[in-house]
Amino acid sequence: MKEYLLRRILALAPVMFVVATLVFVLMHLTPGDPVSAMLGMDASAVDIARMRSRLDLDQPLFFQYALWLGKVVRGNLGESIFLQVPVLTAVLERLEPTLLLTLLAITFAVGVGIPAGVISATRFGSAADQGIMVVALLGVSMPDFWLGLNLIFLIAVKFGWLPVAGYVSLSADWLATLRYLIMPAFCLGFIQSALIARMTRAVMLDVLAQDYIRTGHAKGLSRECVVYKHALKNAMIPTLTVIGITFAIMMGGAIVIETVFNIPGVGRLLIQSVTRRDYPVIQGVVLLIAGAYVLINLLVDVAYAYLDPRIKYV
Amino acid sequence: MANTAAAEGAAQEAKRRSVWAQTLRMLVRRRIVAVGIGLVVGGFLVAVLAPLLASHNPNELTIADRLRPPSRANLFGTDGFGRDVYSRVVYGARLSILVGAMSVAVASIGGGIAGLIAGFYPRLDGVLMRIMDGIMAFPNIVLAIALMASLGPSVINVIFSLGFVYMPRVARVVRSGVLVIRESLYVEAARALGARDHRILRLDILPNCLSPIIVQATFVFAYAVLGEAALSFLGVGVPPYISSWGNILSEGRQFITQAPWITIFPGVAIMLTVLGLNVVGDGLRDACDPRMRYLYGRMSKSTKA
Repeated sequence: MKEYLLRRILALAPVMFVVATLVFVLMHLTPGDPVSAMLGMDASAVDIARMRSRLDLDQPLFFQYALWLGKVVRGNLGESIFLQVPVLTAVLERLEPTLLLTLLAITFAVGVGIPAGVISATRFGSAADQGIMVVALLGVSMPDFWLGLNLIFLIAVKFGWLPVAGYVSLSADWLATLRYLIMPAFCLGFIQSALIARMTRAVMLDVLAQDYIRTGHAKGLSRECVVYKHALKNAMIPTLTVIGITFAIMMGGAIVIETVFNIPGVGRLLIQSVTRRDYPVIQGVVLLIAGAYVLINLLVDVAYAYLDPRIKYV
Repeated sequence: MANTAAAEGAAQEAKRRSVWAQTLRMLVRRRIVAVGIGLVVGGFLVAVLAPLLASHNPNELTIADRLRPPSRANLFGTDGFGRDVYSRVVYGARLSILVGAMSVAVASIGGGIAGLIAGFYPRLDGVLMRIMDGIMAFPNIVLAIALMASLGPSVINVIFSLGFVYMPRVARVVRSGVLVIRESLYVEAARALGARDHRILRLDILPNCLSPIIVQATFVFAYAVLGEAALSFLGVGVPPYISSWGNILSEGRQFITQAPWITIFPGVAIMLTVLGLNVVGDGLRDACDPRMRYLYGRMSKSTKA
């Protein structure tokens, strides 16, 4: 297991190198002078020169890259031009709503997606199976921000059951936090629950067709014992990897949902920085999200190897 | 040896033609796939016939008629500037289909070339696949937003960004196919006869990789339609003056309490288009799966008997 873990960690190094290079190159793709774009048309030549020196943009490109990479490795992601605080500080201040939203969404996605997939597989071809799959298909085809807008109109505006938008800190009032996050978490989680339901169904159908399942029935085991004790355990292994990847995908989905519901999270920070052309923040946030995505995929791979020992020898 | 290889090549060609015919038959036999094909074709027709189907100029401002509910004059109502929502949705189909199709082209060409080279030349495989892994390390929407932040809002940049983001998916699928096909007897025979690498790639390997590329292309099309809508909704996609489903949703957001119809109809249009593409993609994937083809063949024979 240690060898497998070491191999996977070593395999990450070239991937993170490509990620860091891509993030650096992206910010230098901006047509024209990025400093003029940041400071606006009214900026004086002195201000532009000062900013270029501050961001090391007056150095050769390769030197800029080396300097930037060195700072990133030491945890220095630069300073926000608009907010005048370190990028890392700006991200940490906004991490709580994004993490809570993602956790709630994944709880919903797993809590609904897996049972739906199991019911669909065990009642293959029935009305329940077809109904669940139609809903799942509609779910994966629907834009989550459109679902959010419709929910805002119905639940918040028409019936007034939940607040329209915004966020209250967990330390201030946890109940209010929950009320503000229910709708956004449902929007984010519903789409992913559809994906998990489809995946669970497909894997369960494969597992239920195996010989040992037929043997279990032949031995006289109850249907519940065969499905939940034998089939579901084996079906969960690939499904868990999908759940792990779903968690990572939700970090991207949270960007749109935070915009719809005005939640002051990391995703909203990214969109605001794009509008303000706050390039250090864009660079820092994108790098952190990609890094978190890579780390989560690593944890999913390790969990998979732990649950299915055959993987270690691949 | 050369005769055996030529015979095998001819047999492969005949088999490929009958496989395509069988794939098409399998597709249209399934009712839900036929519905999906109908939705996709419908979307294309709306996009092509937009000037004929639209009842008004999508950019015509009529402030006196702003925020009117759906009626005979304005099927989907009007927005905050008095523009006809139905006409904007119809013209929005044009943009979505264009962005989807061109993003597929960028992803397929870029990913296809990368996959072919990675699969055929082992020395380049490691480097190319690590680059693809690096691109896939970003959540798709995050990378697309970062690209749009650098390049600026325009239709071409949206197409490039979405195509770039989905390129690694195609590259991986093509590479897997090439790794298997390059060990075939007819490829070995072609090499022995002195055929150059580009000829082998073009005539022997690429045609046999087409079916997984086509399956991926339908899913990439669906993701690109959703991606363009999301980018435009966030304000980092196509410019606001272009009729795009995402732009209509973004503008409709501020009037959600007074005029919910502005957001309902473009969302339904997105959902139906993506639904059609997903269903067709599922159908193609099943039709190209040898196990499903074997089952279908057995079912057809038992029906005829």
